[in-house]
Amino acid sequence: METIPVEHGLILAGILFCLGLIGVLTRRNIVFVLMSLEVMLNASGLAFIVAATRWGHAEGQVMFLMILTLAAAEVAVGLGLIIQMFRRYQTVDISALSEMKG
Amino acid sequence: MIILFYIAGAIAVISTAAVIVQTNIVHALLYLILSLLAVAVVFYVLGAPFAAALEAIVYAGAILVLFLFVIMMLNLGQHTRDQERSWLNARMFVAPAIMSALLLGQFLNVMSQIDQDMAIARVGVMEVSALLFGPYVLAVELASILLLAGLVSAYHLAKK
Repeated sequence: METIPVEHGLILAGILFCLGLIGVLTRRNIVFVLMSLEVMLNASGLAFIVAATRWGHAEGQVMFLMILTLAAAEVAVGLGLIIQMFRRYQTVDISALSEMKG
Repeated sequence: MIILFYIAGAIAVISTAAVIVQTNIVHALLYLILSLLAVAVVFYVLGAPFAAALEAIVYAGAILVLFLFVIMMLNLGQHTRDQERSWLNARMFVAPAIMSALLLGQFLNVMSQIDQDMAIARVGVMEVSALLFGPYVLAVELASILLLAGLVSAYHLAKK
């Protein structure tokens, strides 16, 4: 039976999550912010699969399916909002969204 | 087989780092697809073939392709690429990188105290499906309602 240390899988998930976090904080284009959010969601899914392998359960994959569904719905709504923003402001700069009133 | 975990993990980390430093949106999306496929390989090595197939087919194959379609539809043009290149300089990465490094350092500190191994046993589609039709059937129904809500709102938001 081959083994992998469980902390290596969780460290991989942590590194991917922190890279996505850097992308969310740094980029000014809203499409890149949405992409970095996807990276963070994927990293949390990886953490669930690592937990599933550690305990030998299948519930981790069920939770990953739910996270995937969440990511799909979020991307659909987020891209619709990006389309609306582009139609209104003709830019993808997040600084254009600095007012509360449209 | 175990070396494949480390190779695919390195590919995922490198291509994710490439995503956040790109100036061209389409290039960044392609690097992100590469990262997701590398994570799918990691899932397969960890004994989760159903999750690996889902990640490759749904996440990389549907969600990111939707991303690509919308980006092509927006047709952002050359001035966006120049704008992006002017926004992105190394000075912008300093503070987020320091904060993320602090977070990651704390995480690594906690992880170094764990010393457990996980045995790679294949948890196949049968076990996951038995759970999805059994104890977690309500979660599947709620997920479908969430997707319906996403569908309706995406239709309304994208309408003229």
